[in-house]
Amino acid sequence: MYEPVGYEAYGEYEVFPNSQEALLPVEGTIARGYSLYDYDNTNEGYEAALKSLKSPLEVSEIDPKRGKELYDIYCGICHGNKGAGQGTLVKREKILGVPSYADRAITTGSIYHVIYYGKNSMGSYANLLNEEERWQVTAYVEALRSELIK
Amino acid sequence: MKKLRQSLETTPNVDMKQVNNLQPLQKLIFLSLVFFSIFCTPLQAQEADPTKGKSLFNANCAACHQLDKKMTGPALRYVETRLSEDEGLDRDWLNAWIRNSAAVIKSGDAYANKIYKEYNGAAMTAFPQLSDQDISNILAYTAQDKAAPAVATVTTQAPTSTEGGLSKDIILGALAILFALLALGLFLVNKTLRRFAEANEVEIQEAVKRPSLWKAFLKNQFLLLATAIFFLLSSAYFVYGYFMQVGVDQGYEPIQPIHYSHKIHAGDNGIDCKYCHSSARVSKHSGIPSLNVCMNCHKSIYEVAPSTATEEYSKEFYDGEIQKLYDAVGWDDAEQKYTGKTKPVKWVRIHNLPDFAYFNHSQHVSVAGLECQTCHGPVEEMEIMYQYSPLTMGWCINCHRETNVKVKDNGYYEKIHEALSKKYGVEQLTAAQMGGLECGKCHY
Ligand code: HEC
Ligand code: HEC
Ligand code: HEC
Ligand code: HEC
Ligand code: HEC
Ligand code: HEC
Ligand code: HEC
Repeated sequence: MYEPVGYEAYGEYEVFPNSQEALLPVEGTIARGYSLYDYDNTNEGYEAALKSLKSPLEVSEIDPKRGKELYDIYCGICHGNKGAGQGTLVKREKILGVPSYADRAITTGSIYHVIYYGKNSMGSYANLLNEEERWQVTAYVEALRSELIK
Repeated sequence: MKKLRQSLETTPNVDMKQVNNLQPLQKLIFLSLVFFSIFCTPLQAQEADPTKGKSLFNANCAACHQLDKKMTGPALRYVETRLSEDEGLDRDWLNAWIRNSAAVIKSGDAYANKIYKEYNGAAMTAFPQLSDQDISNILAYTAQDKAAPAVATVTTQAPTSTEGGLSKDIILGALAILFALLALGLFLVNKTLRRFAEANEVEIQEAVKRPSLWKAFLKNQFLLLATAIFFLLSSAYFVYGYFMQVGVDQGYEPIQPIHYSHKIHAGDNGIDCKYCHSSARVSKHSGIPSLNVCMNCHKSIYEVAPSTATEEYSKEFYDGEIQKLYDAVGWDDAEQKYTGKTKPVKWVRIHNLPDFAYFNHSQHVSVAGLECQTCHGPVEEMEIMYQYSPLTMGWCINCHRETNVKVKDNGYYEKIHEALSKKYGVEQLTAAQMGGLECGKCHY
């Protein structure tokens, strides 16, 4: 009972490729509770998302408190908690070129697209946030942006 | 494991930002720069200011360009001279390109199409808002010479032993062996002396018979009993102590395949624990971040700043560790793309409960709202991660007895909290009163 019989998280077992238990989902499958994302990781995909992708969340489902919590963990470190592009890493000159949301013509769709795939030197956050959380963060970014533009 | 450690002492280096106290040489460069840009662009009203250029560059261009290193776009140091000398392109072309590169490409410009293809059709953002003055400021910044590397004096330190625990054991062992040898020597000397005495027929006078101490001791029953009890108790104490530490790995501090420092990431740079340990919010495990999470930052951070280096760990050492990360994910930093050749990093697991105990992070982190540091200690100060808490059953139980349940903003708890606080007659319930001591909650 001290040594588990079953496979433990992050264990090393021969049955897995590379003996690595942590695996990616099988190609072409979608986990329960997720849906298909139809836009490609290309400039065209970005343009299409910018124009036509809309949030599935009802207004009543948007929870700014949770949005802020998630934003502060995952985005604030670069973009700053106000979204002006002055996060801790930028102030310490570790990462440069983080834009203020006010300076970009972004929409709900493009924000979600950027969280999903990343853009240039910004990476993807699709594996850290689930689908609903990504939309919450998107809504929060939009709120920050309208604050900044005001 | 003994290795020479090098420390870098950097002389205070002259920063580009401090224009007011420029060194003579830099003043010269600065002046010649100003002249240069004036001659190049006769239309320009004002002098180009590389300092303003730097902040514009950092805000707009640095996401894709660096001065000396290929990123999403090409390296930009001396771009203006390079383009005019190699391609015959002037400031007007640059202005047009920077304001709207897509339009220049569409117009069929040969060089624009060539470089666009070279970068696999990566689109450069259009910057219609930049004025001529802004652009010449930026170009003045890109035309600056590279700051001479800070003069470094390398001092080598005497190797420090990291094996304190081991060497103590060795010393003790050596001492014990020494004593054993001494005793053996004395015994042998005694024996040979006696043999000599016998051979030389010297009479050794036996001491007058006195009742020996040993016999007296054996006769005194009380003393005998007392010592027996003493020995039994003290050995019981040690046996108990020995058994209690079986399976407790407090202070365990293995050497990891990549020297990853929580002090630098979570402490100095203030990265949230959950940025990397993101499943702590929602699941049993906190998880170790997959390497693509590291690359969110390390695509841009390919070396540490000289100020990050310490006495113990040099900049070269840290840069080498980042290189290990690149090797593991298969990132070619010079070409700025993935090679596809990966090799998983085998982190050594530190915290591990036996399989019969159930512990869930989300229950403690999200529901109870506990800080990671309550259980894992001052992680943001750990250069090397170690196990801070004993992780024994007593440790879990103690905390459940002392910690109140967080009921605020948790609709799920309203009813049960009301009922239980009436039952126990208290305002605040502890985790124990809510059932945190029931064996089945932690043991399957
Ligand atoms: C490691 C630093 C970093 C983190 C963390 C980060 N970003 Fe970014 N982000 C960038 C950089 C750099 C850019 C500029 C990319 C470019 O346009 O070249 C950017 C650009 C953006 C843009 C504008 C893209 C566009 O369409 O022009 C949005 C929107 C954005 N980020 C949202 C987010 C959100 C939401 C998060 C958190 C889930 C986040 N970022 C986390 C570095 C970061
Ligand atoms: C979104 C990323 C991005 C940003 C931001 C960006 N660039 Fe570029 N730049 C590129 C790419 C990619 C190329 C290579 C050509 C191409 O693929 O379009 C390039 C090419 C260039 C070139 C031509 C270099 C050569 O060697 O021929 C110049 C000059 C240039 N950029 C200047 C700038 C300036 C100045 C800024 C800031 C105001 C800037 N860029 C911001 C991506 C970017
Ligand atoms: C930049 C990513 C990152 C951040 C931020 C981070 N960690 Fe870690 N953590 C790691 C990696 C990688 C490991 C595995 C290597 C090691 O053990 O040093 C790890 C290991 C650990 C472990 C030991 C896991 C085991 O094997 O038992 C604990 C505990 C831990 N982290 C807690 C924290 C806490 C608490 C914070 C916030 C103060 C934090 N971490 C912030 C990346 C991170
Ligand atoms: C949110 C941004 C971020 C993430 C994510 C991140 N790092 Fe870092 N990393 C940094 C910064 C900032 C530095 C310090 C750079 C400096 O001091 O100039 C650094 C320095 C380092 C160093 C050199 C110093 C040291 O700790 O030994 C290594 C190695 C390193 N990171 C490995 C990793 C690994 C492995 C991961 C993934 C588990 C990771 N980093 C994730 C931002 C990040
Ligand atoms: C109530 C105490 C407690 C708190 C609070 C706590 N941990 Fe843990 N942590 C543990 C225990 C116990 C284990 C061993 C779990 C096991 O072996 O199943 C552990 C294991 C880990 C591990 C090793 C991998 C794993 O998931 O088994 C990491 C990483 C970690 N914790 C990070 C964190 C971070 C980050 C936080 C804050 C968000 C945190 N912990 C909060 C007690 C705690
Ligand atoms: C720092 C204090 C602390 C430590 C240490 C701690 N816990 Fe907890 N634990 C709590 C609190 C507070 C709660 C109540 C959370 C809630 O509101 O449901 C809790 C709840 C639980 C529950 C759910 C109880 C229930 O009634 O459903 C389990 C199971 C549990 N802990 C297991 C453990 C185990 C196993 C350990 C040791 C490895 C441990 N805990 C260590 C504070 C702690
Ligand atoms: C708060 C969680 C928690 C509760 C409640 C709890 N235990 Fe445990 N127990 C643990 C943990 C964690 C360990 C493992 C300790 C270790 O590895 O040193 C453990 C270890 C044990 C062991 C030692 C097993 C061995 O071989 O080392 C026994 C026996 C045990 N528990 C019995 C019980 C009984 C009986 C109860 C109910 C009265 C109980 N436990 C309630 C968390 C709990």
